[in-house]
Amino acid sequence: MLRFLIGRLFQGMLVLLALYTITFFLAKAMPGEPFTSEKNVSAETKANIRKLYGLDQPLWKQYFVYPKNIITEGSFGISTSKGRPVGDIILQSFPNSLLLGLCSLAFAIGIGVPIGVLSAVRKNSWVDWTCMAIAMIGICVPSFTIGPLLQIYAAAHIPGLKVAGWGNLQDVLLPSFTLGLVSAAYLARLTRGGILEVLSQDFVRTAHAKGVSPTKVILKHTLRGGLLPAVAYLGPAFAALISGSFIVETIFQVPGMGQHFVNAATSRDEFLLLGLSLFFGFLIVVMNLLADLLTGLLDPRVRLTGGTE
Amino acid sequence: MSLLDVKNLKTYFHTRAGTTRAVDDVSFSIDKKEIVGVVGESGSGKSVTCHTMLGLLPQPPAKVEGGSVTFDGQELIGLPAPLLRAIRGKRISMVFQDPMSCLNPYLRIVNQVAEPILIHENVSREQAEARAIEMMKKVGIRDAEQRAHSYPHEFSGGMRQRVMIAMSLVTNPDLLLADEPTTALDVTVQARILEILRELRDELGIAVLFVTHDLGVVADVADRVVVMYRGKIVEQGKVRDIFQNPSHPYVKGLLACRPTLETKYRILPTVDDFLKTEDGEDGSTILGERPDAAERLANLEKEQSSENRGRDATETLLDVKGLGVHFHSGGGFLGKPRESVIAVDDVDLIIPKGRTLGLVGESGCGKTTLGRAILRLQQPTTGSVRYDGEELIFLTQEGMLDYRKRMQIIFQDPYASLNPRQTIEQTLIEPLLVHKIGSSRADRRDRVVSLLEEVGLGAEFLLRYPHEFSGGQRQRISVARALAVQPEFVVCDECVSAMDVSVQAQVLNLLRELQDKRNLTYLFISHDLSVVKFMSDEIAVMKQGRIEEFGSANDIYENPQSDYTRELLDAVPRANF
Repeated sequence: MLRFLIGRLFQGMLVLLALYTITFFLAKAMPGEPFTSEKNVSAETKANIRKLYGLDQPLWKQYFVYPKNIITEGSFGISTSKGRPVGDIILQSFPNSLLLGLCSLAFAIGIGVPIGVLSAVRKNSWVDWTCMAIAMIGICVPSFTIGPLLQIYAAAHIPGLKVAGWGNLQDVLLPSFTLGLVSAAYLARLTRGGILEVLSQDFVRTAHAKGVSPTKVILKHTLRGGLLPAVAYLGPAFAALISGSFIVETIFQVPGMGQHFVNAATSRDEFLLLGLSLFFGFLIVVMNLLADLLTGLLDPRVRLTGGTE
Repeated sequence: MSLLDVKNLKTYFHTRAGTTRAVDDVSFSIDKKEIVGVVGESGSGKSVTCHTMLGLLPQPPAKVEGGSVTFDGQELIGLPAPLLRAIRGKRISMVFQDPMSCLNPYLRIVNQVAEPILIHENVSREQAEARAIEMMKKVGIRDAEQRAHSYPHEFSGGMRQRVMIAMSLVTNPDLLLADEPTTALDVTVQARILEILRELRDELGIAVLFVTHDLGVVADVADRVVVMYRGKIVEQGKVRDIFQNPSHPYVKGLLACRPTLETKYRILPTVDDFLKTEDGEDGSTILGERPDAAERLANLEKEQSSENRGRDATETLLDVKGLGVHFHSGGGFLGKPRESVIAVDDVDLIIPKGRTLGLVGESGCGKTTLGRAILRLQQPTTGSVRYDGEELIFLTQEGMLDYRKRMQIIFQDPYASLNPRQTIEQTLIEPLLVHKIGSSRADRRDRVVSLLEEVGLGAEFLLRYPHEFSGGQRQRISVARALAVQPEFVVCDECVSAMDVSVQAQVLNLLRELQDKRNLTYLFISHDLSVVKFMSDEIAVMKQGRIEEFGSANDIYENPQSDYTRELLDAVPRANF
């Protein structure tokens, strides 16, 4: 187990290193620089600013300085567009995204999994078809359509619910619903597939032959195995949910992390871009590891072999 | 009154393709403490009969069209689901074929074995688990207390089947429905399981309905036997009567086409030598005796005696020395420590031209790996393979190509080894193209057609896909594929294991015929001792990667030298009356 964890952590470091390398050179490949602007800035000022941010150094030095600063000082650099430390920006916006993400995750699991189970149990009935049709719509309709529609509906029919803004607890409702809808739909489909797969296996017939009631066949004999595909999906999906979404944040005016991804790219803010990418990569690595550990918990056969190495 | 009475049971499957009469007017009964064997080939309706009784069939497509199943005075057909559930697992239990897939991989063993008690009786979990462990000991699971808390994947196949049996008997049922309970097991394990079933019958007084395709097993375990064919019971009676004096032509054929350790034939009779089938007007099948059955059999016997094989061991074709195959697992970066599994260990074999070497052993003994290592489908770790005087081990891929033409293999599973997206023509022409055989398209096509005819199929099958064929036909296609490049040496790797005995007889006869005609040399790999004995001139018994015993077929069977060979031979169930 310990060996497995160490191995996975090491793998995670490699992933982050690769991610850093790719992002770094992509950012450098962008035309222009953080301080390229149409305003006339004196060459001297420009040189000073570049020196301040270390942009005057040769490329290979810049490549090593950034990770060095992370390790030695815990610093992710200074945002060139905001003039604040990248670490502060993440710390400030991440809690909002985390809250939003957790709520949409709870929503996705709470709606998606039961619908998937229901669909599987009532396979090829109108219940199944209806559920899967709704799930398909949930996957297909983008959040910039669902979001405004929800806003229009809430404004007209739900008094006391703000259609945008952030501050009260109830403000989480609409954006988390919008954000979680796609995941809920995916989860429903994955759960249905997983459960059907398990239901077709011989040991389910064994359970029936023992006299186990149909409800218990699902709860005790089927659910664990049936949830495995959903769990595998949830790892990266969770990381994506809690790291924010530009569209949902913009529609509902949530001060989350997603907006910074887009702004960093458009303003050529390479330090913010690097910091956010690494943070997101870190979340993905951790969530995938958690999903694997959960898979091991659900499936004893994976436990011994040490996961998907 | 008998314990279970099945009367005129009819279970049909209604699908878009039409109606299948899976169980068609079946009647039989089981008395208390009786073991009744239900024998039949795949598709004969024996399992469906079993499942119908407990309402375990998916409905639709299945539908019980008529008849009754009375258990201890109670009618089971049409019984409301909750009442039926009260009987399932409590008074009638079931053991299924594949112990690998029939236990829940996500739950601890003790949990599963105790489950029927907890469902049907009002006892505490501790009591139920104690009884479960008690029953596990009774079926011969050692260290049951500790092992009870393991998961199924930590048990071997034989142990899992014991767990299944423990699970089905833990509630003290009156009737056990055992559906092919030993089919997936090695002979020695099978012998042990049958012994356990007999002991428990005596000790607990349960009746057993034993469903199997294996006549030897039935003879070994059952008091009475019911023979099914195409949904109907063709004959039933005392085991001894049926084996010694079968009256139905199908049963006669079935008994005759099975190679036994005592078979002296060169060519096996087949069911078709005895049975004539006609389609009735209402979609059912009318079975009758071939009028010329006696004549055909006499002919067969005459051929056997007139054609004594005069093939002496002359030239050596294949000479294997010190062959070893080691598998490595782990050893990844920061992964588990490197482990070696020695699948084949220092094996020496010699096969003379035109003869058959039988390679027999239980699952996991390395026989398949050995076969593949000889063909270099698996690179050996040590040793040498000399084919016709030439060392194969160090040949490059191009150098090997010549030998690929001369050495071929027929795989076990004709379902998996034929590409489902290629027509039969494409499958058979491919090896010709690889080895640049045939001058033109038309020429290659002619070769393929004559190949198909040689294996008993015709040109009309050329454009069909594998799924359109039956298992027996598919294996004929596999044989044709192997023979397409005119090899001298063929590895038959469990090539009849997945087949019914009547089909098996046809394929074995085909292999024999082809051997005589083309002077082929076979390495015949199988777990089935009777089949190996029938096919082989010499036999090698393999155990844990090593050759345990090597000798002529008759010597091995009549005078086995090693304990393991003796154990294997003793474990083969046979009808000795």
